[in-house]
Amino acid sequence: MSLFGASVLLLLGFIYHSTAGFMERQTDETINAEIRGLTEQYAQLGLTGLVRAIETRVARDKNGGALYLLTDWKFSPVAGNLKEWPEFSSTQDGWVDLVLQEADGEVVSSRFKYFSLPGNYHLLVGRNVAERNTVEDLIMDALVWGLVITVAMGGLGALLMTRGMLGRLDVINRASREIMQGDLTQRIPAKGAGDEFDQLTANLNAMLDRIVGLMDGVRQVSDNIAHDLRGPLNRIRGRLELSLRGHEDTNGLRPVLERTIADIDEVLAAFHAILTISQAEAGSRREEFSDLDLAVLARDVAELYEPLAEEKDIRLNVDLTPGLTVPGNRHLLSQALANLLDNAIKYTPEGGEVGVTLTRGDSGPELAVYDTGPGVPVEHRAAVLKRFFRMESSRNTPGSGLGLSLVAAVAKLHAAGLTLEDRSPGLRVLLSFHA
Amino acid sequence: MRILIVEDDLEAAAYLAKGLRESGYAVDHVADGKEALYRIAAETHDAMVVDRMLPGVDGLTIVKTMRAAGNKTPVLILSALGDVDDRVKGLRAGGDDYLTKPYAFSELQARLEALLRRGGGEAAETVLRVADLELDLVSRTASRSGRPIDLKPKEFLLLEYLMRHAGHVVTRTMLLENVWDYSFDPQTNVIDVHISRLRHKIDRDFDKPLLHTIRGAGYTIRDPR
Repeated sequence: MSLFGASVLLLLGFIYHSTAGFMERQTDETINAEIRGLTEQYAQLGLTGLVRAIETRVARDKNGGALYLLTDWKFSPVAGNLKEWPEFSSTQDGWVDLVLQEADGEVVSSRFKYFSLPGNYHLLVGRNVAERNTVEDLIMDALVWGLVITVAMGGLGALLMTRGMLGRLDVINRASREIMQGDLTQRIPAKGAGDEFDQLTANLNAMLDRIVGLMDGVRQVSDNIAHDLRGPLNRIRGRLELSLRGHEDTNGLRPVLERTIADIDEVLAAFHAILTISQAEAGSRREEFSDLDLAVLARDVAELYEPLAEEKDIRLNVDLTPGLTVPGNRHLLSQALANLLDNAIKYTPEGGEVGVTLTRGDSGPELAVYDTGPGVPVEHRAAVLKRFFRMESSRNTPGSGLGLSLVAAVAKLHAAGLTLEDRSPGLRVLLSFHA
Repeated sequence: MRILIVEDDLEAAAYLAKGLRESGYAVDHVADGKEALYRIAAETHDAMVVDRMLPGVDGLTIVKTMRAAGNKTPVLILSALGDVDDRVKGLRAGGDDYLTKPYAFSELQARLEALLRRGGGEAAETVLRVADLELDLVSRTASRSGRPIDLKPKEFLLLEYLMRHAGHVVTRTMLLENVWDYSFDPQTNVIDVHISRLRHKIDRDFDKPLLHTIRGAGYTIRDPR
């Protein structure tokens, strides 16, 4: 802004200098030239020559722009078109700007130069500068107005531009924040102006594409591994199972084979979970949604887990508001809830409490599972929803680390929010639907 | 008992056939859909195991075709797709049961036996009996040696399913699917806990236990005689 102001001032200064300044310099040069001429006349032809020259020039000057006055040593006029020698304080360079009275009584703004001639005569040569001053004033006015308008327009333009830029930056910022918080499939909208902001948008979107591509790649790899290894594992399992059947266990191999089969089953279960998560994440199963009574669904799952809780001397509280429905996939939602209850019971110490609640929230039904276990520290809450993540403290508890990521994928499939809350002591996992 | 296996994975089919033969079944195997259709039209089998993905004609089409022709042979559909909703499609096409690969042989065998028995005619029974255990399907009550047993609704369904398959192995997955209607395996084996509760109710006060756990396979309820 200040740079803009300075350059405008510089430009206007230059215009003034090369117009008004030029006129001033020309006036001064004319006067100097006349003085040179008159001094020559005086030197060659003496006083009479000078007087004649002055009179000729006055007569020739029809515009009345030229001013001359020659006086004697008492400052009494000898020749020229001025009434009298003006009163002024002497200046160093001999230049004076003053209002003078002409011989015919007219008053004029003038610029003149004065000096003394040999023989104690005084000569004054000047120019009427009234017209020049008017022009200069006009130029000055024009320049000042130009400055005012330029600054005003510039300021307004800058304001509009800044607002436009900030607005577009704001759009980009807001969109990227939303994308980071959730849906990586969204993109920042471009304005289509092809400017730097659109380029920035395009670059950010390209970055998102790349991130999604890399994530898909990682997912694809684990999906492929899960998919491709099922075949051979299945055959290994079949072979082991057949070799267990109906043979005498002469070498005591039976327990080894049984343990191996159990381990293979664990791997296969993890693979199955990975593929289920992928399917839920892909969202292709949304077409098969039907209206689900959440209270019925939650009650059934709670019933499935009730004996398990009882066996561990855990109180299972079930508090379900009836009549709340959401469109959804019964198997996946049941499995998600089962995983939550499974975890809750697994991590709650004996004599503790686990609960399932269904309430009517502001935006839709809210299904929650809480426990009185150790909870999940804030720094791990996002990570526990990811595939295979297991907290250090739960390394020794059986499980694949896929349970909560399935819950997250199912929540996403149903456009439900998933939050982990501290219940001190314990954890509360909340699924909030938008119905 | 004669079983037709329609499966293009030759090694998997070989293991399956070997296992079934060892269990006393006669086994035929075809590896492609068209040939399967010829065999089905020309011969009779007691049950079929059909893979969904086949070269030529796929498994669901085979089942649809034979059902359209009035063939009621029980069919167990195998699929490599672990999708819940594929199961629905498979059953809708006319399959009698659906099993996802990879499967345990014992799982397949238990399901196949359940299908074979169903083919034998499921009369509209009102009371199920195993030894001195009685389950009245009309009054929804259970008793053993005349002593009433108090059962919760899910326990009643669980016992009913076990008694309908008395003498045969019933797997955990079969129970989850048929009693709870869930097609997923819970992380923790909750079924075991339900079974031990049920066992407590029907066997605790009696010398001869009826409900048995079959290691590595599942459970069975049987008359000890």
